[in-house]
Amino acid sequence: MAGILKSQHVRNYLRDPSALIGSILLLIFFFCAIFAPLLAPMDPYDLMTVDLGDFLLPPAWMDGSVSAFPLGTDDQGRGILSTILYGLRTSLIVGFSVVIISSAIGIVMGMLAAYYGGVLDAVVMRLADTVFAFSTTLLAVLLLGVFETRGVATVIFAICIANWVKYARTTRGSVLEIKDNAYVVAARSSGAGDFRILFRHILPNALPPIFVVMAVDLAVAIMLEATLSFLGVGVPLTEPSIGMMIAIGKNYIYAGMWWLTLFPGATLILVVVAINLFSDWLRDELNPKLARQT
Amino acid sequence: MATYLIKRLLQGIVVLMAVSLVCFIMFRYTGDPVLMLAGKYATQQEREMVRVSYGLDRPMYIQYVSFIGGVLKGNFGKSYISSVDALDMILERMPATLELAFTAICISFILGVGLGVVVSVWPTGLVARAIMAGSIFGISIPTFLIGILLVMVFSVYLEVLPSFGRGETVQIGFWRTGLLTADGWKHIVLPAFTLSGYQLAVLLRLTRAGMREVLSEEYIKTAWAKGLSPFKVILKHALRNVLIPVVTIAGLSFGELVAFSIVTETIFQWPGMGNLLLTSIFETDQPVIVTYIMLAAVIILTINILVDLTYAFLNPKIRYE
Repeated sequence: MAGILKSQHVRNYLRDPSALIGSILLLIFFFCAIFAPLLAPMDPYDLMTVDLGDFLLPPAWMDGSVSAFPLGTDDQGRGILSTILYGLRTSLIVGFSVVIISSAIGIVMGMLAAYYGGVLDAVVMRLADTVFAFSTTLLAVLLLGVFETRGVATVIFAICIANWVKYARTTRGSVLEIKDNAYVVAARSSGAGDFRILFRHILPNALPPIFVVMAVDLAVAIMLEATLSFLGVGVPLTEPSIGMMIAIGKNYIYAGMWWLTLFPGATLILVVVAINLFSDWLRDELNPKLARQT
Repeated sequence: MATYLIKRLLQGIVVLMAVSLVCFIMFRYTGDPVLMLAGKYATQQEREMVRVSYGLDRPMYIQYVSFIGGVLKGNFGKSYISSVDALDMILERMPATLELAFTAICISFILGVGLGVVVSVWPTGLVARAIMAGSIFGISIPTFLIGILLVMVFSVYLEVLPSFGRGETVQIGFWRTGLLTADGWKHIVLPAFTLSGYQLAVLLRLTRAGMREVLSEEYIKTAWAKGLSPFKVILKHALRNVLIPVVTIAGLSFGELVAFSIVTETIFQWPGMGNLLLTSIFETDQPVIVTYIMLAAVIILTINILVDLTYAFLNPKIRYE
């Protein structure tokens, strides 16, 4: 683990402009999401502060705008800027929860499958094949289509059910490579139990490729949440979501009210691009093939 | 090979059984079909009649067996909303989805592989850089946003392409096609590009990665040394070997295409299966949802098996016992 933070990596990081831009953007987005209640001009989901009379106002630099709404308002009189800030929270909460929960399940299942093999391995891998064939997006849409009540937690749950196999597969691959290494055999012959071998000796060395998957997956999960909310099977109307904002804005693009879609859309793209820039750097740094060459 | 095929088919059947069981159980425990069928204002007596006439009063396992029996005969039950055969409803909309998917696959294949070759042959040029930057956006913009942006530019701002429906269609037997009229083609452009967007970027990147690897191989150097034309070296010798994994990955991600077709059809009000699925979800029209899931499962599993077999056929190194 400590090897990951070796000075070479830090130097490469500082020399890589796209990694720098990506992580600075990400930090800004995290900051905005965490402090949304303080930064946002209004709470768009508090009925006391929302005034229906402020509906469909244009952004600040256009005629007929109101200075309290720098990016305009939607059809309910909610400020676009405020809704984006609150929506960003939902995006990041869903993104991080999905990555953490599905990686935890996937890593454990992948480790057990690779270490013990046999029926467990066969079942996990067949399950993984099947889920891959259907794709995470399709499974999540279908699962949410079946659920009676939908909320942030259900969205996270539905994505995780389809998503953990990705981690199981990656973990299994790297554990299979590691488990016959001399140091694992040494640990076993010195009397270490399976649990200790798996978590102390194998897992730390299997983690680097999993970190890369996690970084990419954060972007995927955020896009998926937006897609589900856009379709109307994700986060309910009463909660902020960037995907939902775009779905509402879609009804007004023919009326020339582009700010309802373009601002949340651009935010979503920027978040995903920032994560992808960062994960590109991470992949280059942690890729054992490239590391061995240097 | 034959044993492998049989094994795969059996596996496929097991998956289908599992899917049907999960569908069945989930729909018995979420929502009350009696309420859906009889309506909100039905009396207790009317509800009881519905329960008996649809067989909902029988034990679970009998209901499941009769459900499977019906499915095998092609009887998936009737839509709660329109009382039309669920399978017929979906099959009627299938041509629209298949035409859209087919057009999108063609676009992503021709452009993805084509641009991938261009980028790998001239890797340092301005064009290559622009294409690669574009591909990063292709994988960073979710499908629904690609669709909305295309509508904003081409339908709202430039007013050159329609963003709604299939346009003029022609009925040929059971197949209603939009690909025989100019209007139909005009209508398919935006949805097809929306649906192909993500896959195009993935294929481009795969082709580029594969070409870069293959172009530095010894046999390519030999081909150049023999004095073959660049056309022959790049397309016949290099691309051929790159295409096998590219096609495989494209085929295996068919499920993704089905998922994104739901999104695309919603944006463009495309009268296909995905659009029907989403409407049915909002109306809790369970027979239609179950039929869609089962049908999608059959299609996706079939394509997966076909891709595996083609892969084995194309690559003599792979032999399945």
